[in-house]
Amino acid sequence: MSRPDNATALATDGAPSATNTPASRIVVDQLDAYFAAVHAVRGVSIDLTDRSVTAIIGPSGCGKSTFLRCLNRMHETIPGARVTGQVRLDGQDIYGNGISPVAVRRQVGMVFQRPTPFPTMSIRENVAAGLVVTDRKPGRKQQEEIVERALKRAALWDEVGDRLKMSATGLSGGQQQRLCIARALATDPEVLLLDEPTASLDPISTQKVEELIYELRTDVTVVIVTHNMQQAARVSDQTAFLLGGELIEVAPTENMFTSPQDERTESYITGRFG
Amino acid sequence: MAATNGWAGAPSGRQRAVAERTERTIRRRRLRSSVMIGLMYVAAAVAILPLLLIVIHLIRLGGSSVNLAFFTHMQRSPGESGGGMANAIVGTLILIGIASAVGLPVGIGAGLYLAEKRTTLLATTVRFLADVLNGLPSIVMGIFAWELLVKPVRHFSALAGGIALGAMMIPMVTRTTEEMVRLVPISLREAALALGYSRWRTSLSIVLRTALGGIVTGALVAMARIAGETAPLLFTALGNQFWSTSLRAPIAALPLQIFNYAISAYDEWHAQAWAGALVLVGIVFVISLAARVATRQRYGAGD
Repeated sequence: MSRPDNATALATDGAPSATNTPASRIVVDQLDAYFAAVHAVRGVSIDLTDRSVTAIIGPSGCGKSTFLRCLNRMHETIPGARVTGQVRLDGQDIYGNGISPVAVRRQVGMVFQRPTPFPTMSIRENVAAGLVVTDRKPGRKQQEEIVERALKRAALWDEVGDRLKMSATGLSGGQQQRLCIARALATDPEVLLLDEPTASLDPISTQKVEELIYELRTDVTVVIVTHNMQQAARVSDQTAFLLGGELIEVAPTENMFTSPQDERTESYITGRFG
Repeated sequence: MAATNGWAGAPSGRQRAVAERTERTIRRRRLRSSVMIGLMYVAAAVAILPLLLIVIHLIRLGGSSVNLAFFTHMQRSPGESGGGMANAIVGTLILIGIASAVGLPVGIGAGLYLAEKRTTLLATTVRFLADVLNGLPSIVMGIFAWELLVKPVRHFSALAGGIALGAMMIPMVTRTTEEMVRLVPISLREAALALGYSRWRTSLSIVLRTALGGIVTGALVAMARIAGETAPLLFTALGNQFWSTSLRAPIAALPLQIFNYAISAYDEWHAQAWAGALVLVGIVFVISLAARVATRQRYGAGD
């Protein structure tokens, strides 16, 4: 699968020291994250441009997932976990006083490595799961429209549109993962976080999910953690390389893979370690 | 075996010897396998034999007394045949109802707490005490309930009996609820939190709902267990030879009635005791069957 031609046009200036341009959706400022005594993310600062895809790469245990989970305040759900620094979503620090993590998570959707459909719910109920807890719960009719739109955006409607009442656990792994993406999209998040979304999928499902991510950039800001460098190259506008919890380098994806500035980045992407 | 690799051409003497030895080994293993499987069949048969014998015995001795009158009539005086245990059947159902009203909410709530706060000091303590309570002889529970619920008000009551049974249900329900909730993968909890569910909403509408099938099964099994309890009722519900559905008066219960009839001197009452035992086993059987059905629907369709 080759990268569509217009991809580079969307790539933005993503130098680590980039200032808060109006196009930044999320600005991470000196972020540190800890698990009890373990310092998992060390002083990361990065800008995530609105409606772009940022790939986070790095060897296992480098803090990629932890970093991602700091962006929707999921990190703190683990006992003993702690975060310092700022994550500004549209200029507002999500760790600021009086900001509820629940409200943050409604704006910043997340999809995990393994598909997590709710086993007691039908396909329709799964997609609508995030809607029913919002402050203004949409009516039944409106819900159905939202469900249909979310499933279409996740490229799943054609496959499940006629069996919405069936259990979500009956779907294949790839379908389940797209269902989870539809579920995350149903609430219209501004940002979508994907934590190795294709790690447990077969190549065809992976391709579908990648195409989907590529489509999504037109209206959502996407951050994807991936172990697969080809995947990062295929779907992202900007790539960030993490090592030992530190952000080593961030650059437009094309530059990153053709002319990395840091020697460690080069070693990693050429497969010398990790 | 490396020696078996070169089969090309006529087998040499050494190869034949190896083949023979292999053949013998396989035969020996097959024989041992059949013996072990046979032993397991015997063990399985022995395991269900007591139940089978009990049911056959009950049907033989009590079957003829179980008729419509048994469910709709009260006991007759000694010497008269016929009559029934309507009051005891209703009493047992009322006692199960009170016990469930006490045991289920407390048990499920405690189980949910234990599953959420796995390692806090309070959780560890509660878990340990629940296990102790689970092993507590039921007669002790009866005496304790008498001291607490009967002695102060100076009369036996259905309520005291139901609460004593409910207290016995609590640890069983607590532990099964905890086990079932812990079986719900943490990824489901995280998925709900990431969707903007609050903690309590995640616990109730995702975790508890996913574990519900197992919890219902556990609850029904606990109900079946306490349905036949006699000891805790001796000092609390006491039994009643008349019709009573009052929660504040002594109430009849099948196990008590069976006990009283069985130690009586009248043949008619002995027959009634067997019939009562058969009905009690029937009630337990129906509850267990319901538990089975609930388990089967566990991962059924969402709606």
